[in-house]
Amino acid sequence: MDTRSKEIEKLKKYKYGFSTDIENTRAPKGLNEEVIRFISKIKKEPQWMLDFRLKAFKRFKLLEEPNWQKPKYPKIDYQDLYYYSAPKSMKDKPKSLDELDPKLLETYNKLGIPLQEQARLNGIAVDAVFDSVSVATTFKEELTKQGIVFCSMSEAIQKHPDLVKKYLGTVIPTTDHFFATLNSAVFTDGSFVYIPEGVKCPMELSTYFRINASETGQFERTLIIADKGSYVSYLEGCTAPMRDENQLHAANVELIALDDAEIKYSTVQNWYPGDENGKGGIYNFVTKRGLCKGKNSKISWTQVETGSAITWKYPSCILKGDNSIGEFYSIAITNNHQKADTGTKMIHLGKNTKSKIISKGISAGYSDMTYRGLVDINSKAKNSSNYTQCDSLLMGNKCGAHTVPYIKNKNYDSSIAHEATTSKISEEQLHYCQQRGLSSEEAVGLIVNGFCKEVLQQLPMEFAVEAQKLVGISLEGSVG
Amino acid sequence: MKEQIQIDFDKIIENSDFTEKDIKIKRDYLKKFLENGFPNRKLENWKFSDLSQIINKNIGELSFYNDYTSTNKVDTSLFVDGLEHNKIVFINGRIEKIDFDQEDKEKIQVNDHSKLNNKLNNDNSLIDLNNAFTNKYYKVLVKKDYSLKKPLIVYHTTNKKIKSKNINLKLEFQLEQNSSLKLVDLFNDESEKNFININYNFDLKKNAILKNYKIDKISNKNVKYSFNNIEQEENSISESFIFSSGSSFLKNEINCNLNGKYSSAFVNGIFSLNNIQQHEIRTTINHLVENTKSYQLIKSVLGKDSKSIYQGKIFVSPKAQKTDGYQLSKAILLDETSEFNAKPELEIYADDVKCSHGSSSGSLDEKSIFYLMSRGLNYNQSKELLINGFLLDVVEKITDPEIKNLIKNMIRLKE
Repeated sequence: MDTRSKEIEKLKKYKYGFSTDIENTRAPKGLNEEVIRFISKIKKEPQWMLDFRLKAFKRFKLLEEPNWQKPKYPKIDYQDLYYYSAPKSMKDKPKSLDELDPKLLETYNKLGIPLQEQARLNGIAVDAVFDSVSVATTFKEELTKQGIVFCSMSEAIQKHPDLVKKYLGTVIPTTDHFFATLNSAVFTDGSFVYIPEGVKCPMELSTYFRINASETGQFERTLIIADKGSYVSYLEGCTAPMRDENQLHAANVELIALDDAEIKYSTVQNWYPGDENGKGGIYNFVTKRGLCKGKNSKISWTQVETGSAITWKYPSCILKGDNSIGEFYSIAITNNHQKADTGTKMIHLGKNTKSKIISKGISAGYSDMTYRGLVDINSKAKNSSNYTQCDSLLMGNKCGAHTVPYIKNKNYDSSIAHEATTSKISEEQLHYCQQRGLSSEEAVGLIVNGFCKEVLQQLPMEFAVEAQKLVGISLEGSVG
Repeated sequence: MKEQIQIDFDKIIENSDFTEKDIKIKRDYLKKFLENGFPNRKLENWKFSDLSQIINKNIGELSFYNDYTSTNKVDTSLFVDGLEHNKIVFINGRIEKIDFDQEDKEKIQVNDHSKLNNKLNNDNSLIDLNNAFTNKYYKVLVKKDYSLKKPLIVYHTTNKKIKSKNINLKLEFQLEQNSSLKLVDLFNDESEKNFININYNFDLKKNAILKNYKIDKISNKNVKYSFNNIEQEENSISESFIFSSGSSFLKNEINCNLNGKYSSAFVNGIFSLNNIQQHEIRTTINHLVENTKSYQLIKSVLGKDSKSIYQGKIFVSPKAQKTDGYQLSKAILLDETSEFNAKPELEIYADDVKCSHGSSSGSLDEKSIFYLMSRGLNYNQSKELLINGFLLDVVEKITDPEIKNLIKNMIRLKE
């Protein structure tokens, strides 16, 4: 096989694995104050933003990289990374899609995310983030009519400094853990959403993250604020080209729900997972945290995690407002040499707060999967409740599945129930399906989809179909 | 602390008849303990209870020197009535009596086993402390095909003579093929503010059966740590029952290695706590070969200001197909100041297994109380009845009828 057909063969397995040949503007390699000033300058940020970054960096220098997680990885040399990389054509942000570099448009078309509005079949507004910058945001006008702000973080810093100043870093402070603090210091772009009081966002908002350049880390920052009585559903998708090196992705996502507001945040994460020998792939070390600040607010996380060499994240809810609700639905699939350590934290602070955790883990090949979660009911969180269910499915005896829940109940009025099971697909189920004419692959696909159904149901329609396919693709070759 | 501990150690060595080799090993253990010190919350195993802090708060400065030259009088009134049994009596950490009168002398061997093996590879600093300071330790060997006729009761008695002391105990049991042993640990403390560190090692050969019941009932102000290591060969069974209620702080740790196929381990525990007590059970069940089984049931009833912790881990190695592992922990919180923490953990590397855990906590069910009150009971009676039933469930798991009755009477559970 010549190299070209080999390449094609590879791309069949991970169809997003191509890279776009485009000229980049980069910050100098390494991590220091100069680089941070460079990032801030190129983004034309005000002084307070630079101060925010420098404060975080000062703190970062005192922190040690954590090492308690299950999947170990070779030490990352933080001085050997580019912290900013943007297509050259983006230096002066194009005013409309017509001015956008055709290469970028083509990339997104190839990924199945056409940026031209007329090409969209249904109303989903997209913010497309390419390496360190947001390249386009669609359906802006229609959203602006309702007073909804949906733009890139850089734009928000320029145009809505009051909102950013008020909320940025309130859920994930600059004094947080190692990766979150690093992000606070060097974050490049991301999405900003503000839903005004009483508005139900008429369409799904979504961000599509793409890592393209090599030797870069992607550090995006997303901030979503749902004002009183508002509702928003937000989707996030990610892909990256296939490279032999490991790339770092350390994003921060902050959600804030005020009184009676609801935020639904869905992720379909499909970063390049590395090849079948475990070479290359993305390190996905993301900090996601939602704050139910107001009364009767609700935050719901749904995630389908199929990509990344190592996934290490715990989307969390801080249930501060009385009667607030936190939900976490997750499917995590690891195959080949992928590793995942993921779960959630539910911190109950307000009265009558409720949380629900449904986690489904599937491990195949040589992979390792850990569910790690915390349910903490504070002594003031009267009459709160939590229900947790985490099920693991093992395929083959070279992989591992682990469950590490931390349960803290400090309130006698509250109840916590936790269940976990680990098993394999039963021979009887397989036999039953095969007897009725399904091949063993189809049978496994059917059973796995049934296993995941509770979570897939939570996804918006279009995503659910996509995710279901993704589940099938991720497990290909793991049967038999 | 470091200086004090070194002085105390030298004093013990001076007054002892340890061999040169033993002294060297003890020194190594001490050195290792001094490197790590008492465990604190930075260690994952001690995340919920910081021993270093607890010792500081409850005891303050500890003394490690114990005078083992003079004997203590054995108070026979403490012995369990109405049940013939064998005895080992510890008073203030010194073995005062070993009595296997009920048994066939040839079938049981008790060795003064002061030789230590040089296993420095554990990561538990309290075991290092125990090995460095333990006086003589004994090894009980139950020979092939012999089942003890009567249970063995180990009395852990302390009196008012000691205060702010660290006491280290160690016992070893070897159960040969087809043998069986019923072992009851009874704690009886009159002393205050001591740190008692107990280390048991059980070696179960093929078809051996061990039943170990630990009863910490009498209220006292001591801080205790108990570590059981259980090695199990083919077809062996271990049953552990823990009643955790008396001490200020108590952590029971069980590490069980299921090395032989068809071996099984059962751990059942009750926490019944009140008034700033903090107790913990931590179990690690290692399923290392095919067709092994483990079952754990832990229940807590937590009163004012008390806190219970259950950390249970089921580990299944890639070889251990057909493993059956189960964990269940339940807690009733009676007061707004009570707290329950749990970390039920599964670490699984084999696919053909059945492993699950469950954990629930909450207050007493008001509907059940209403039901009972509507049938003529008052509030307190209803509450008592419900708690009684809740805990009885665990006691009923005890497979030995004699000991089950003994424990029921002791902790005053009615059927």
